[in-house]
Amino acid sequence: MLLLQVFGVFSMLSLLAIGGGAAVLPEMKAWTVGAAPWISAEQFGQIYSLGQLAPGPNMLMVGVIGYHVASWAGAALALLGFFVPSGLLAFAAGHAWDRFAANPWREAIARGLGPMTIGLILAGAVSIERAVMQGHGPLPYAIAAAVVAILATVRVNPFFLIAGGGIATWLARQAGIL
Amino acid sequence: MSEAPPPAERIGLGRIFKAFFLLGATSFGGGVVAYLREALVVRERWLDDRTFVEGLELAQMLPGLNATNMSVYVGERLRGAPGALVACLGMMLPGTIVVMALGVLVAENAKAWDLSSVLLGVGSAAVGLLVQTTWRLAQPVVRNAFDVAIAAATFVGVSWLRLPLPLVLLVIAPIAIGRYRPRAAAAAAAGAAGGEGGRAEAGDADDDAGRGHA
Repeated sequence: MLLLQVFGVFSMLSLLAIGGGAAVLPEMKAWTVGAAPWISAEQFGQIYSLGQLAPGPNMLMVGVIGYHVASWAGAALALLGFFVPSGLLAFAAGHAWDRFAANPWREAIARGLGPMTIGLILAGAVSIERAVMQGHGPLPYAIAAAVVAILATVRVNPFFLIAGGGIATWLARQAGIL
Repeated sequence: MSEAPPPAERIGLGRIFKAFFLLGATSFGGGVVAYLREALVVRERWLDDRTFVEGLELAQMLPGLNATNMSVYVGERLRGAPGALVACLGMMLPGTIVVMALGVLVAENAKAWDLSSVLLGVGSAAVGLLVQTTWRLAQPVVRNAFDVAIAAATFVGVSWLRLPLPLVLLVIAPIAIGRYRPRAAAAAAAGAAGGEGGRAEAGDADDDAGRGHA
């Protein structure tokens, strides 16, 4: 049944999201765009972008993917699937964590998973680049490069850069150069 | 010794919900963890910096989002299971309302309003933000050639070879953790004699407080 599939896919993604939400974006795209397919690659990119405009964790956008699959029930099950299993795990692990405070494996796991997480987040960036930026000329790449350069030089709330990117492409579309 | 300082008074569930709801409503742009520290350590003083960093380490190691894992961890410490529930709900509720409202409006009016040009720039800026976040997170975490190889192998496996994520995790995580297993770590530290290993560890706590993203 479709609703069960929505819940199942997002629960699985939630438990694979080691290193945060961005780490699981390529796998999420593979399941929602490639396997089912529930939405198009373009919609996936647009829904991810929408998530940037809301406050809080930007992966709340999984609710919008669920909405596209099965309306409000789909939205609810996508959100429950993505947040309940990992939440329960965090709850259980919080207890165990303190008991293992002095265990040397704690440091070993953190140390080993760190570099893997970096690779996963970078792969997440590339999957969004493929879904959002490709095929629209050089402007999207100029915006991304400008954001990297600005964040490397000044302290600024990233939301202003996100909003600025949206305004830049909107103006470019109005001016007929996009 | 790693216990959080027991809060002097019993903190009300309503107060926990309110604090996390405010966080969920005001943390724009992905860096929820920085907002978390400001609110929990500096403003409310529910945690000390050390407990915060320990919680963050756990939140990053576990699957799921750092922000929701942290709210479960902190809520649980303050008021047990009900605390964890209200903290997590508070963190998620504002963003859920906004993103669902936007998502449904766009989905139902896709033809009427052409928002695709706005979303193109928003997504492009978000990719820039992710690249910058990756770079910042990598500083304290990727310290030697082995770490670079692990990060690169993970990236190539997921992004170029498009291997299933569980497969990549099952192959790479044991290799990476195995390399730093307690015995090997002790031997390496002894061999390096106060070199790279010790210095890197000392810098860990400070860096951790500022990293992580939703």
